[in-house]
Amino acid sequence: MGAIGAGIAALGAGVGIGLIGSKAMEAIARQPEAVNDIRSNMILAAALVEGAALFAIVVGLLEKVL
Amino acid sequence: MHTLLSRLFLIALLAQSVALSGQDDHSGHESDGHGLEEFIYDHGKEVMHHIGDANEFHVWKGVHLPLPCILYAPDAGWTMMMSSAFDHGHKAVDGYVLNHGRVNRIVGEGFPEGEVAIGHIHHKMIEKDGKEKEVAYVEHDGKEFLLDQPTTYDGGLLGGGVTSFYDFSITKNVFTMLLGALILIIVFLTAANGYKTRQGMAPKGIQSFIEPFFIFIRDEVSIPMIGEKKYERFQPFILSLFFFILISNLLGLIPFFPGSANVTGNIAVTFMLAVITFVVTNLNGNRHYWEHTLWMPGVPIFVKPILTIVEFLGLFIKPFSLMVRLFANITAGHIIILSLIGLIFLFSDSGNNIGGAFAGGVLGMAFAAFMNLIELLVAFLQAFIFAILTASYIGAATEEAHH
Repeated sequence: MGAIGAGIAALGAGVGIGLIGSKAMEAIARQPEAVNDIRSNMILAAALVEGAALFAIVVGLLEKVL
Repeated sequence: MHTLLSRLFLIALLAQSVALSGQDDHSGHESDGHGLEEFIYDHGKEVMHHIGDANEFHVWKGVHLPLPCILYAPDAGWTMMMSSAFDHGHKAVDGYVLNHGRVNRIVGEGFPEGEVAIGHIHHKMIEKDGKEKEVAYVEHDGKEFLLDQPTTYDGGLLGGGVTSFYDFSITKNVFTMLLGALILIIVFLTAANGYKTRQGMAPKGIQSFIEPFFIFIRDEVSIPMIGEKKYERFQPFILSLFFFILISNLLGLIPFFPGSANVTGNIAVTFMLAVITFVVTNLNGNRHYWEHTLWMPGVPIFVKPILTIVEFLGLFIKPFSLMVRLFANITAGHIIILSLIGLIFLFSDSGNNIGGAFAGGVLGMAFAAFMNLIELLVAFLQAFIFAILTASYIGAATEEAHH
């Protein structure tokens, strides 16, 4: 069960980070001079999305222990 | 051409002789140990052993760096010794034994004090409070004695809890943390010295390696997140966080002696880093920060209590996510690399199939090299993310009102 949960969480995070990446690419294509600002904000947003997936992974690990 | 070929031949011969001598050493070790045993590769256990902490530092086969063990049991007082006294798990000292590199305490009655030779340590699954739990037993004099794990304050969440003793040892992780701190002190003192002696001149040597990092953290993390006016106060803290996490991540990626400890993949370490961030953020919170946290201005009165609960929980969720993010990223990376290396043992059917071991080796090595490169990126990225999120929390806490 823990592995299935972690898999679903990875799915959600994958979609989320994919959207962030695609929008960042579009933004860079529109405005190449803003690449540095866009990159650091992209990493920040990706980290926040990833955080949600990591909570799920920790819950998955706990399921194994509990 | 001729010399090149003969050199290659020589190298091949040398490599073969080294491999053969290694094999001899291996078989000799097995026979003078505790007899030949059926070797079954348990991947999950092996991975957990490698990402866990240890009380001795395994350098290579048969060579260990002994580390000081500082143990406290409420009923027996303090015990101090070097981990070499355990003879890699073959001896018990004052009721303590080494189980998979970790110090365990014998809780069964009637175990002799002092240095005693012990038999095998084996694990059993038992039912306790409706949960399956693994416990370890040690053999001595034909009897079995129960072993206690070191105390952890996770409230049983990660399978630990308060047991009969506390472990304050300089473990593998602590050793690597101290080593990382030492490296950072040397590097930064050298760089700082460079600025003193070559004032106003171009940076030189290690100074020119450190300066871009410093400028990057200042211009991309501190100033945009905290603001031009206040960033200088927090710059040392954010730089310390960044470089400590970075050096710990990088040391953790080295698969042999000075590295190999999973420092930032240890939840206690990331917990303390997150606690420091929590304290710094909230001690520096100004009036507006607390107003926005406790009684949000500018919203209808019936929404205020709901937002107070949400914001109050947010105070703790922010450092909690910092802790989990770093821990899970580093641990997940280590588990993936260990699993790829483990393919060698899985494909070889616990050492019975040499062809399988070779196939697993080729496959595992290719993927592990790739994963190591990704992990190198993650090592920098996670240090950067921890620093930038900390800076953004501090920035939110110290922001002036702009209505």
